[in-house]
Amino acid sequence: MSAFAAMLKRELRLSLRGGGEMLTLVLFFVIVGAVVPFAVGPDKALLSRIAPGVIWIAAFLAMLLGLEKLFGPDRDDGTLALYRLADLPLAAIVAAKVIAHWLTAALPLILASPALALLLAMDAETFWRTLLSLLLGTPALAGFGAIGAALTVATRRGGLLAPILIAPLSVPVLIFGVGAISPSGGADQAQVAALLLAALSLTVATLSPFAAALAIDWGED
Amino acid sequence: MATDAVQKMTFWNRLAHPGQFVQWTRPLVWPLAGLSLVLFLAGLYFAFFVSPAEKYMGDTVRIMYVHVPSAWLSQFVYATMAASALGTLIWRHPMADVSMKAAAPLGATFTAMALFTGALWGRPTWGTFWEWDGRMTSTLVLLFIYFGIIALWRAFDDQLRAARVVAVFTLVGAVNIPIIKFSVDWWSTLHQPASVFRADGPTMPPEILTPLFVMFFAFTLLFAVLQLVGMHTEVRRRRVTTLERRAARGESR
Amino acid sequence: MTPGQVHSLLRLETAALAVGRGDMPLAQAIDLSVPAGTGLLLRGPNGAGKSTLLLTLAGLLPPLSGSVVLQGHNEEEGPAFHHCGHRNAVRPRLTARETLGFWRTLNGNPAVPVDAALERVGLVRQARLDAAYLSAGQQRRLVLARLLVSARPVWLLDEPSSALDAEGQVLLGELVREHLGQGGMAVIASHDPIAVPGLPVLTLGAAR
Repeated sequence: MSAFAAMLKRELRLSLRGGGEMLTLVLFFVIVGAVVPFAVGPDKALLSRIAPGVIWIAAFLAMLLGLEKLFGPDRDDGTLALYRLADLPLAAIVAAKVIAHWLTAALPLILASPALALLLAMDAETFWRTLLSLLLGTPALAGFGAIGAALTVATRRGGLLAPILIAPLSVPVLIFGVGAISPSGGADQAQVAALLLAALSLTVATLSPFAAALAIDWGED
Repeated sequence: MATDAVQKMTFWNRLAHPGQFVQWTRPLVWPLAGLSLVLFLAGLYFAFFVSPAEKYMGDTVRIMYVHVPSAWLSQFVYATMAASALGTLIWRHPMADVSMKAAAPLGATFTAMALFTGALWGRPTWGTFWEWDGRMTSTLVLLFIYFGIIALWRAFDDQLRAARVVAVFTLVGAVNIPIIKFSVDWWSTLHQPASVFRADGPTMPPEILTPLFVMFFAFTLLFAVLQLVGMHTEVRRRRVTTLERRAARGESR
Repeated sequence: MTPGQVHSLLRLETAALAVGRGDMPLAQAIDLSVPAGTGLLLRGPNGAGKSTLLLTLAGLLPPLSGSVVLQGHNEEEGPAFHHCGHRNAVRPRLTARETLGFWRTLNGNPAVPVDAALERVGLVRQARLDAAYLSAGQQRRLVLARLLVSARPVWLLDEPSSALDAEGQVLLGELVREHLGQGGMAVIASHDPIAVPGLPVLTLGAAR
């Protein structure tokens, strides 16, 4: 087994045995979305209009919530120092963690999104587009999240800092993510947004492990 | 031996030594400040008494003489920080750390000023303080990035480590800002096709252009002065911290 | 090369090394030379910079000045340093066996098989136990087993004997002796006596 696969396996094992952390995240996602009708009223037309935005914001918040778990435990028990001495480059280790983070913090949300679509009176076509846009866009969120978590891992009080750092960076993801679902500019603009979103995700997911590894290497001790 | 080492110092070495840097640049502060003041006085005179009121916007157009230079600086300061971040990461230049740290609050202030004057200008011209227009929105996001950088500086105790981590974030931001700008422009044209304001629209008459340029240089010089003073302060603060720690350890050096 | 030797002939050297946290020097002018097959015991009061020196040797902290060189080491052979710090890097929810298997793959240069290493440190019965249920001393034994599963010439051990019982202390001495016998090197910071005969001692100065 290659070191990269071993790393991925370890992360997935830890998450799956994680005592319901994944379930908590999914519940958070659904509840944030379900609270919206109480705040804006049960008007179905309005709800179905804002549903794509609500689902994206709920996913964004839920993914921010899981960030502390990305490097925090590794820092606390000294594993992070050993990662820096491993045979596998730190960037590859971070990449494995980002993939595992997406599989355990983004994929469950996507699987749970039908529940929210139902609650927010989404029609079937919009729902399929939402699913596609979440699949395309969440890797970028995971990548930015890794950067944020890596920047704050050395501060030991980075709990709230990482979301503050990466929220502005994630603006394009939200814009194109929602744009791919309900474009005011017509169907061709939705396709443009989806392509841009995919390009953004590919770029961020590829480059973020290097930036995050750099931040860890220079910040940690 | 010691004198030998001093003679061998190159220009960059000298700049790299914090004490030397302060010695070299301190004489620049007052002349630059004076020049900036003269330009401000001239620019404001032109702005208030020479340049005409605009046909549609009236006297409120004069806000432009503060707004446009602030908006320019909000981006120029970020470019300064990104260049310093490269200095930190590639050359480990100690003054690059200090430059990054001094620039962050200045950039945030100029960005906030650009937003504030933009809002003041927007009220009489657009009828609202805030419009989700492409420029204003991306400036707002830029302000959030500045705030993030300042917060990150404060989260670290050890400023040497902080500098490298902040440098990584600054560069990630520098790569991202064009993407943010593009996405926000795409988004705002989608939602409000009728553009309200374009600074690059009609060519400006020289009566407006002259004071704008003067104010432009006045603001940029002001930034240079504040940046130098900020860097000097930061160098001193670090020296104090080092001395305090040494005192705590009972050393007498 | 003697038959028992595993590692190529290396020499760990430092020249005018100054170590510290941030820009605060803790220990200065350290000139070490640790040839293959020998160890070094670091002594000194708390705050003398023993842990910082080990982190700097491992490359986890940048030196304030001076240099660390591992003479004769070929970069392509993979990382040369095992560092074991105060924290065990043992994660709950993974069994002792899984933990060891993971590090064996990640650290490269696989040496002793996982089960043999567990047997060597006396954790056979706990092999399938969640690491969270290991006692502090047993976790420390697991850390020692991690040194065995991947071959690296230099061991940097920070207080390796903490939480170990008398039997564990003996085991630690044996493992270090075996490692040195294979041509390895060990730099050990400890307040306890280490059961390795003829180990040179470097005492780092007090910070008053």
